[in-house]
Amino acid sequence: MKRLQFMSIRVLQGIAALLVIATINFMLIRAAPGDPVSVMAGEAGASDPQFVAQLRAQFGLDQPLGTQLMNYLGHVVQLDLGFSYRQQQPVLDLILDRLPATLLLTGSAFALSILLGVVLGAYAARRAGTWVDSLTTVVALVFYATPLYWLALMAVLLFSIKLGWLPAFGYITVGSGMTGFALAMDIAAHLVLPAVTLALFYMAVYARMTRASMLEVAQMDFVKTARAKGVRPGRIQRAHILRNALLPVITLAGIQAGGMIGGAVLTETVFAWPGIGRLMFDALLQRDYNLLLGCFLVTAAMAVLFNLITDLAYTLVDPRIEL
Amino acid sequence: MSDFKQSAQTAESSGPVLDIQGLSIRLPPGGDRELAVTNASMTLMPGQTLCVVGESGSGKSMIANAVMGLLPVPKVAPVAGRIMFDGQDLLSLNEEQMRTLRGRRIGMVFQEPMTALNPLMRIGDQLGEVIDSHVDLPSDEKRKRIIAALTDVGLPDPELLIEAYPFRLSGGQRQRVMIACALLLEPRLLIADEPTTALDVTTQAQILVLIKELQQRRGTAVLFITHDFGVVSEIADYVVVMQTGVAVESGPAAEVLQNPQHPYTRKLIAAIPGGQLRKPNAAPDAHYVLQVQDLCKTYRSGGTLFRKGREVQAARNVSFELRRGETLGVVGESGSGKTSVGRCLVGLAPFDSGRIVFNGRNLAQGEQFRRAAAGKIQMVFQDPYASLNPRHRIGAAIAAGPIAQGVSREIAMARTAELLGLVGLGADAADRFPHEFSGGQRQRIAIARALAMEPELLVADEPVSALDVSVQAQVLELFGDVRKRFGLAMVFITHDLRVAGEMCDYIAVMQRGSVVEYGPTHEVLTNPQNPYTRQLIDAVPRLSRKPEPEVAA
Amino acid sequence: MTIKNGFWRRFCRNKGAVIGLAVLVIAALVAILGPWLAPNDPWDMVERPFLAPMGGPGMLLGTDTLGRDILSGVIHGTRVSLLIGLISTVVSLLIGVSLGAMSGYFGGWIDAALMRFTELFQAIPSFALAIVLVAVFEPSLGSIIAAISLVSWPPVARLVRGEFLTLRQRDFVAAALLAGQSTPRIILTQILPNAISPIIVMGSLMIASAILLESSLSFLGLGDPNAMSWGYMVGSARTVLLQAWWMAVFPGLAIVLTVLAFNLVGEGLNDGLNARADGRTK
Repeated sequence: MKRLQFMSIRVLQGIAALLVIATINFMLIRAAPGDPVSVMAGEAGASDPQFVAQLRAQFGLDQPLGTQLMNYLGHVVQLDLGFSYRQQQPVLDLILDRLPATLLLTGSAFALSILLGVVLGAYAARRAGTWVDSLTTVVALVFYATPLYWLALMAVLLFSIKLGWLPAFGYITVGSGMTGFALAMDIAAHLVLPAVTLALFYMAVYARMTRASMLEVAQMDFVKTARAKGVRPGRIQRAHILRNALLPVITLAGIQAGGMIGGAVLTETVFAWPGIGRLMFDALLQRDYNLLLGCFLVTAAMAVLFNLITDLAYTLVDPRIEL
Repeated sequence: MSDFKQSAQTAESSGPVLDIQGLSIRLPPGGDRELAVTNASMTLMPGQTLCVVGESGSGKSMIANAVMGLLPVPKVAPVAGRIMFDGQDLLSLNEEQMRTLRGRRIGMVFQEPMTALNPLMRIGDQLGEVIDSHVDLPSDEKRKRIIAALTDVGLPDPELLIEAYPFRLSGGQRQRVMIACALLLEPRLLIADEPTTALDVTTQAQILVLIKELQQRRGTAVLFITHDFGVVSEIADYVVVMQTGVAVESGPAAEVLQNPQHPYTRKLIAAIPGGQLRKPNAAPDAHYVLQVQDLCKTYRSGGTLFRKGREVQAARNVSFELRRGETLGVVGESGSGKTSVGRCLVGLAPFDSGRIVFNGRNLAQGEQFRRAAAGKIQMVFQDPYASLNPRHRIGAAIAAGPIAQGVSREIAMARTAELLGLVGLGADAADRFPHEFSGGQRQRIAIARALAMEPELLVADEPVSALDVSVQAQVLELFGDVRKRFGLAMVFITHDLRVAGEMCDYIAVMQRGSVVEYGPTHEVLTNPQNPYTRQLIDAVPRLSRKPEPEVAA
Repeated sequence: MTIKNGFWRRFCRNKGAVIGLAVLVIAALVAILGPWLAPNDPWDMVERPFLAPMGGPGMLLGTDTLGRDILSGVIHGTRVSLLIGLISTVVSLLIGVSLGAMSGYFGGWIDAALMRFTELFQAIPSFALAIVLVAVFEPSLGSIIAAISLVSWPPVARLVRGEFLTLRQRDFVAAALLAGQSTPRIILTQILPNAISPIIVMGSLMIASAILLESSLSFLGLGDPNAMSWGYMVGSARTVLLQAWWMAVFPGLAIVLTVLAFNLVGEGLNDGLNARADGRTK
């Protein structure tokens, strides 16, 4: 199958998924206890009768449900995600403001977790059956069992409070007025704890998958053929075993992407990282449903994007989907 | 090309290439025996072919793996003996030393070509790494040799092939690539572990010819592992017969085949089907059990919004008929459509057009087909390890059919016990699980299960292909008994002409969905009209270069 | 009988799994005997706030910001976590197995439709969806269990679908069809017993995920307001981490131990149920 065709289908599927999610949002507003308009207005906005009347006019509750849905979807497609009364800003602006921070965090955590996971898993597979292997399995299992927010809190406790090595909260050192390279280093220093924490949890999954996959591939016939050809052991590990073992890992990465973006909510909350996850948490506290659902839609869009990236990576590695 | 030959020649002595002396290989504890191979000895001279013959579990593959140093040590390891290769004991070498020999002085080809190549690496690279692992060559020289090697094994368009990935190649083509890899650096010894078992008969014939040619051209010694005596007679100079790890007979091939000394060798040779052709019944029953008219079936796959799917015609206007007590053999290679026809006959697969008339009734499609047949059409499947539910006891599995048709439990269990006795298993087998039985026994159970429904038509889909030769003979005998006893009409689907010749009254030869030849067995096999049939007959590894086998009196 | 013995033998060979099982037994006992084991009601303010562990009589794990006994909180939290974990997993399994079985057995357009549906669900970040569901429908035991079940079923459905697709092609199913067995009978007696092992393994891993998910929701304040859950305890300690580390550490450790135990048992079940022909289990 042509790569372009394959990717186009995936993009269309992604867009369809987002439209369905928007529809789910629409249904949730209807399903929530209370009058839909006051749900959309949020706790703060519901107390302002003028605002409520404005919303009522805009979304026309007297019209048939189908029209309302089209109306709503129309707004979404034009990127009008509503207005947050509490924050007195359009939802879209609030989200766009925070989007770069979240992309930075989840992007680096995604890459880090896969890298660490594959390296650790390959290492454990090489030394399968030894104490090193058991140790890495136990470590991976422990990280996998640790709630993300607790790991984050412990990291803050240890590295920030007790040891003082790394800053705990926020994006930059407030009020320092740094620019250029110094600013980048400052952001990087603040990025370390949140990104590593988020990565550690998911790294465990990739490590176990890589290990299992490599052990399975090592049993396959073509590896025996390579040995019978007298190929050097190092090359067998790299070109034969690892390359084939990575395919299911890439697939797994696509599936885990959604989980990682959800995990960003917890990480950003603990580390006060000014991203969409934090915004979602604030929206929860403030009962600002419009903002909440807007954040939800955008996190779903991010998950779709990550999925597309892993799909593309898969097509690059597997020749059966060809150019 | 010449520097390889020279170094080979200088090392060459008049002594044997391979001399295995008293080799014993142990198995991990808990296996069915302590030693996989016990005190095996054999000698292979330069330019000769030595065949090691045996059934599954005989240890023949172990010997091949031991020579290459590919045994899964430490669980399975040589414990005694020497493997002398050109004067060196291979068992005394360490892993790195063995590695330098592999691919360079000893090449190996394995049984299953579909999984033998790295799916993510181009063909050219897979050949190139053989060279890279042993010698340093400039890349244009490397490319020349690779193309030459691919041409030598008879693969077309080598320049294109180098850039291709394995999924583009068929089983036969992949096996040729494997052979090219093994012979690329002109080794002294080629080990072939059942290289043609997974291939079609015609492809098998081609590969055997190829190996023979390459051997003669380069003077390579060949150690050929097989279970098929027919293959032995075609290519071997010497043969060693293995039975449960012991070499029971050895010698020049012609002698062992004409004059087998050991009872096991005699049993194996006798068990090969096709010795006697079946003659059709002089007074056939007038009643037609099965009439198939213009059966058509097409598989469509992979259609999406953007692209039309691929169409494969599995059956094109297939017609035949069958009377009570008669057996029809449907013979073909993979892709011939014989399995599809079989599944249509029993109602497991829908067909697109044509008629299947059973006992005078035109059977409708799908769910209704099976209901209308009321269990009177039954099937025995190919893989004895997959045809029984591993979670159900044998007795329950056999009785399940009659019970589903409304027969009372007591009667069903009684019938089960009777059938188990008939197929040669005790009534106490009813309480056991499938994993406690061997392949041959499971096939008997499958036959008993089919018979429990009191069928009038039995379709057997390659029922003995997965069994050892000696067990095959027993199961075929059982089919014969059952057929006579119950007056069954049988459709016997097989790729093995020898089996068809022995079991069937009529043969229909299928090629790419069409029946290219159809007639009484002895006519089709002794006087084939269609060129494809002739090709199939010629490709069958013959036991000896005798003229056509006699017809049963 | 031989099958059962083999299972235990292989299970016990996995030392981690045995430890995990022991921890789970203890956890189950704590959950069942909770109210009698705990010295105090977890919602009662029994001592002064911010008491360090061992700081007072019977205050093994100290008190929280409102003076509530942390030990009792952890004990009661066991019951909440196990309950929610088990029930939501059972519901998830019911949904996932049904959809996966139908998808895998019938194939065709049923499979295509169900697969699109499942893929859609999987495209949505599950935690975010859970947050939204619980927030909109107001946090309660019911809404939490419903939300967790709704986001957790897709992997089960995929697994079961895969198993059914493979098993459906097996010859013994064909034989059952030829024998005239009805479809429900074939699904329940022929295919399902052969598919049950990976489902059981997945089930234990799902309980672990469900507990993590519930604790995350409680951490964010979306937990059942009447339940003293571990996540809630960690959440309320978030702002006072500097002064009182123990308020976050002990409930967190409880989560880690329980989830780890379920994962280890899952591994053991995997080893025990899937004996390979060559005796290797890894």
